[in-house]
Amino acid sequence: MELKRVVVTGLGALTPIGNNIEEYWNGLVNGVSGAAPITHFNAEKFKTQFACEVKNFNVTDFINRKEARKMDKFAQYAMVAADEAIEDANLDLEKINPDRIGVIWGAGIGGIETFQNEVLNFASGDGTPRFNPFFIPKMIADIAPGFISIKYGFRGPNFTTVSACASSANAIIDAFNYIRLGHADIFVTGGSEAAVVEAGVGGFNALHALSTRNDNPTSASRPFDKNRDGFVLGEGAGALILEEYEHAIARGASIYAEVGGGGLSADAHHITAPHPEGLGAKNVMHNCLKDAGLTIEEVDAINVHGTSTPLGDVAEIKAILDVFGEHAYTININSTKSMTGHLLGAAGAIEAISSILSIKNGIVPPTINHTEKDDAIDGKLNLTLNQAQKRDVKVAMSNTFGFGGHNACVLFKKID
Amino acid sequence: MSDIASRVKAIIVDKLGVDENEVTVEASFTNDLGADSLDTVELIMEFEKEFDIQIPDDQAENIGTVGQAISYIEEAKK
Repeated sequence: MELKRVVVTGLGALTPIGNNIEEYWNGLVNGVSGAAPITHFNAEKFKTQFACEVKNFNVTDFINRKEARKMDKFAQYAMVAADEAIEDANLDLEKINPDRIGVIWGAGIGGIETFQNEVLNFASGDGTPRFNPFFIPKMIADIAPGFISIKYGFRGPNFTTVSACASSANAIIDAFNYIRLGHADIFVTGGSEAAVVEAGVGGFNALHALSTRNDNPTSASRPFDKNRDGFVLGEGAGALILEEYEHAIARGASIYAEVGGGGLSADAHHITAPHPEGLGAKNVMHNCLKDAGLTIEEVDAINVHGTSTPLGDVAEIKAILDVFGEHAYTININSTKSMTGHLLGAAGAIEAISSILSIKNGIVPPTINHTEKDDAIDGKLNLTLNQAQKRDVKVAMSNTFGFGGHNACVLFKKID
Repeated sequence: MSDIASRVKAIIVDKLGVDENEVTVEASFTNDLGADSLDTVELIMEFEKEFDIQIPDDQAENIGTVGQAISYIEEAKK
């Protein structure tokens, strides 16, 4: 059977550097850091006391108080980004068959704040279980697509993908595949995360995964820089409307880009450390190119996983050099995490959005905070350091890798 | 209004996101105040916590209006 074409017709974002798509993109091209001292809780005893939090966000501006109270922040963020994307896609919900619209959403953890607070409440009592009836539905990672479907009446395929930091890239690839196979015409996809809570920061600190540059948070996320010391935890959401090409054309939708392909692989190496030679990363980019039916020479930009960890950045660069050879030196490589921090299960979504907007706007956002070269990283590569670069991007890839060794790569291309 | 009645109403306003003037003694949680079954369970738990009482499930089923909640709690606190 012939696979259908899939295009992007709507975007939404709620990020540490902007609370909608326009603000997010402006933040990206201007190299804004979203890092600041933590405000969500008192972090004075924590090794890391800063994060990339969503700012100036008042949930009741978007969701009525009664509904918002039943949602963990990760679900609130999901609703806000999904609402923006659905509006952006200009869907006429009176005319489109809701049975053919699905929601596939990524979340690496889900309602960790809800879980933490309910267990704390139980532990501080006399052992009598007094769990809130909304505890479980608030916490579970799959509730975000549930809420989106309930609000809009979308009755197509509906679930959450969980693969740590690759979660929302997995969601996008699943949505892409279900449309290609004809199971639905439209998906709301993307991901959200809200782990800037005691258990999240403390847990990642215990893994020695986070930067501890407390004296200068905005410079802490510095992928590829010699003095990088870990990632900066972020939070927020990104949403995309994927739509079958003919369906989009028939309703006169405005198209951002085409989804060209998706690749998946596993490191099969270690629960948290990347494969030292970037084996899984290499395979996932090969798989993605093969799925897209493109050659390496056609790739203009790669939005890397690039978390600013000592091991991860080196392994990913090795993989890129291995896959692309000499062509690697002509590619614009950038890490949005230098600005947004690491949004975990939402990373794949907001980074895919960055790639899509690079294609649409002809600009590749920078990798900020680069001050000192790392000899382990090939200096001939164009890492789009510190300043955005103009580039006619026809094909862009976006890498995400998750704890557990899950790798996902999504490819977008300019619409013909 | 008794102290118990005003505390009950405050909980309902907070949990169900309704206006205070909607919370009459005759008002039904589900029919008038927009509560679903989970909201009702949460309300009962809040009453237990606020007034330091236990409301067994079989009795909680009989508390469907604001007035019934107030009467039950006033009886339990005697």
